[in-house]
Amino acid sequence: MPSLWIKNARIVDPAAKRDAVGDLFIVDGKIVASLSAAAKKRAKKIDARGLVACPGLVDIHVHFREPGQTHKETIATGSHCAAAGGFTTVVCMPNTSPPADNAGTIQYINDAIRRDAVVKVYPTGCITVGLKGQALAPIGSLKRAGVVAITDDGDCVQSNELMRRAIEYAKMFDLPVMDHCQDASMTQGAVMNEGVMSTRLGLRGWPNAAEDLIVARNVVLSEYTGAHIHLQHISSKFSIDVIRRGKSRGARITAEATPHHIALTDECLAGYDTNFKMNPPLRTESDRRAIIAGLRDGTLDCINTDHAPHTDYEKDKEFDYAPNGIIGLETSLAVTLDVLVRQNKFKLAHVIDLMTRKPAAILGLPAGTLAVGAAADICLFDPNEQWLYDAKAGFSKSSNSPWHGQTLTGRVKTTIVDGRVVFENGKISSR
Amino acid sequence: MPWTRRHLLTIEELSLAEIEQIHTTASAFKQILGRSVKKVPALRGKTIVNLFLEPSTRTRMAFDMAAKRLSADVIAVEASSSSTTKGETLRDTAENIQALQADMIVIRHSAAGSPLYLSRLLDIPVINAGDGAHEHPTQGLLDTFTMKEHLGSLKGRKVVILGDILFSRVARSNIHALTKLGADVTLVGPSTLVPEWFTAMGVKVSYDLKSALADAEVVMLLRIQHERQASSHFPSIGEYTSMFGLNKTRAGWLNPKAIIMHPGPINRGVEIDSELADGEHSVILEQVTNGIAVRMAVLYLCAGGQPENVTPAA
Repeated sequence: MPSLWIKNARIVDPAAKRDAVGDLFIVDGKIVASLSAAAKKRAKKIDARGLVACPGLVDIHVHFREPGQTHKETIATGSHCAAAGGFTTVVCMPNTSPPADNAGTIQYINDAIRRDAVVKVYPTGCITVGLKGQALAPIGSLKRAGVVAITDDGDCVQSNELMRRAIEYAKMFDLPVMDHCQDASMTQGAVMNEGVMSTRLGLRGWPNAAEDLIVARNVVLSEYTGAHIHLQHISSKFSIDVIRRGKSRGARITAEATPHHIALTDECLAGYDTNFKMNPPLRTESDRRAIIAGLRDGTLDCINTDHAPHTDYEKDKEFDYAPNGIIGLETSLAVTLDVLVRQNKFKLAHVIDLMTRKPAAILGLPAGTLAVGAAADICLFDPNEQWLYDAKAGFSKSSNSPWHGQTLTGRVKTTIVDGRVVFENGKISSR
Repeated sequence: MPWTRRHLLTIEELSLAEIEQIHTTASAFKQILGRSVKKVPALRGKTIVNLFLEPSTRTRMAFDMAAKRLSADVIAVEASSSSTTKGETLRDTAENIQALQADMIVIRHSAAGSPLYLSRLLDIPVINAGDGAHEHPTQGLLDTFTMKEHLGSLKGRKVVILGDILFSRVARSNIHALTKLGADVTLVGPSTLVPEWFTAMGVKVSYDLKSALADAEVVMLLRIQHERQASSHFPSIGEYTSMFGLNKTRAGWLNPKAIIMHPGPINRGVEIDSELADGEHSVILEQVTNGIAVRMAVLYLCAGGQPENVTPAA
């Protein structure tokens, strides 16, 4: 592998509190302090003038649909989306078919990752057998097989007793538990946020209280057991207050927000477009502002996409019948920069931190820094380039994006994993 | 102003002028319905498909009658006989209907928004005959048409809609039509079925039947759709009737000339006392008859007809 010399980039590495124009040097897949004059001559050079160089982005909440739903996405195509979006580390959810609730399925997934992935992909395992919320999955075996967390994402463990035992048990392995917070009894048949818009549209509402209750439950259980619970895709203002209080009491709680919940609201559903249908649903402007405030003050720890591919023909249905979820890896950086940096005046380094070091730290993943000696996982992007996003021309097998056909600002130019260019000039480099 | 709309999907999207145009056209058709020969050739040679994917009696019959009065050919497709039971998507069903050279689709569907979805897929006009809890525009049009026949202008008139508002497409279409026509609308019913969010649609919400009914000139009753609420939204039919059923005493709170309306099917002894349903203030069957004229107007206009070309004379 040739050495790499990235020249004249604006290097933003929040982990090292670095934000300055300079060069990056890579030897044998690792960041080094400098190259000798001779090595510089031989190195592959990347002119990064006008570009930002940051640690490769990290997303700890994606759905790559393998095994079993490979018509929607695969570990190969999902990892291509990740690379195209500047992500070098992603964590995929276990609600596959069959669900990843045993070591054999994890082994299958890890084999596919080794064979097909162009970025670093880590699996998670289920909390309960078959995601059914009734009996604990073999959490110790899952850990031994290589999962970095357990979650029933898409479903939520409804029994407080089972959740308590799950986190207590997982704590023994130092394994975080990620929860999709939704009281199922309050959301039967629900397809969008409950409120003025659902009333107008005649659609069944998903009240934010159904999230708030489980968030509160999780804060209580985390504090009671001392176990770490990561709260997925927080969408409700009230939940953020609960998390803020929980953290101030010292509960081991972390929480994430998605680009769509900070960019969009339930007003977007006026045309019944199923590319705005996801779970948890888009909520109100007041919730959206609260999520942004939560990211600003650290109540929410990171940005994750919940990249959830569904094919055109699955989404092309009556609103009630279309599946939940949107893809997001290829648009996450541009959308997040737009909402947080341009509209809400976050510092660029803060946003990069929310997309690199912080999500990696939640699961203890070796990612999120450009420090000397670290793996050379790097994202180079032009923060000002405008581009037309065509979801159908993207790298996903699916195109269910609310941003399809829109002009976005901020474009990933090059993605590097372990010193190897995996995405450049709009193309995935062959493995 | 010429009529330009090809689809009728919601009342929310109609302007006041368009509502008035439909009413004017319906008036002309209503006069035709009074003649011994009740048929006009306006849609001769056109085929209308009634795609009713949810059970319906009154609305389907009224659309059928309206189309036949306009000399259209009518084909009825029901959920039980359609390929949707074999897993065909709505898109495929609708595209097949269009490929069979239908000229118009009238759709009834349990999923809100599906008429809008169809209108984006098809080149032929789509008429919403009720979509989930969203809208039932022809019902809202025929209800306001009936009110205007009795009250004249609806501006400032007090109209009460009583019952299960949350799950009612009839309520939503009437809310849009009535607020555009300037009426003063109050929704009443159990708090679980009349959320405060409705106030964002320009109406009042009340849980006090007496003050809501006081001096109202119209009371529209909605059926309690008990099967949809799985007994979680109110305790029992009996309690509903005791709290919100319209009986003689409560009808006495209304304006003495008030009219009592119901989109049907009525449940006698539940939301309305039997004798009130049949009484002098009830216009329930007039609503049904007006439903034909209003649907004739809608089919005629969306097929490209113009209001001024309907002349009751001859």
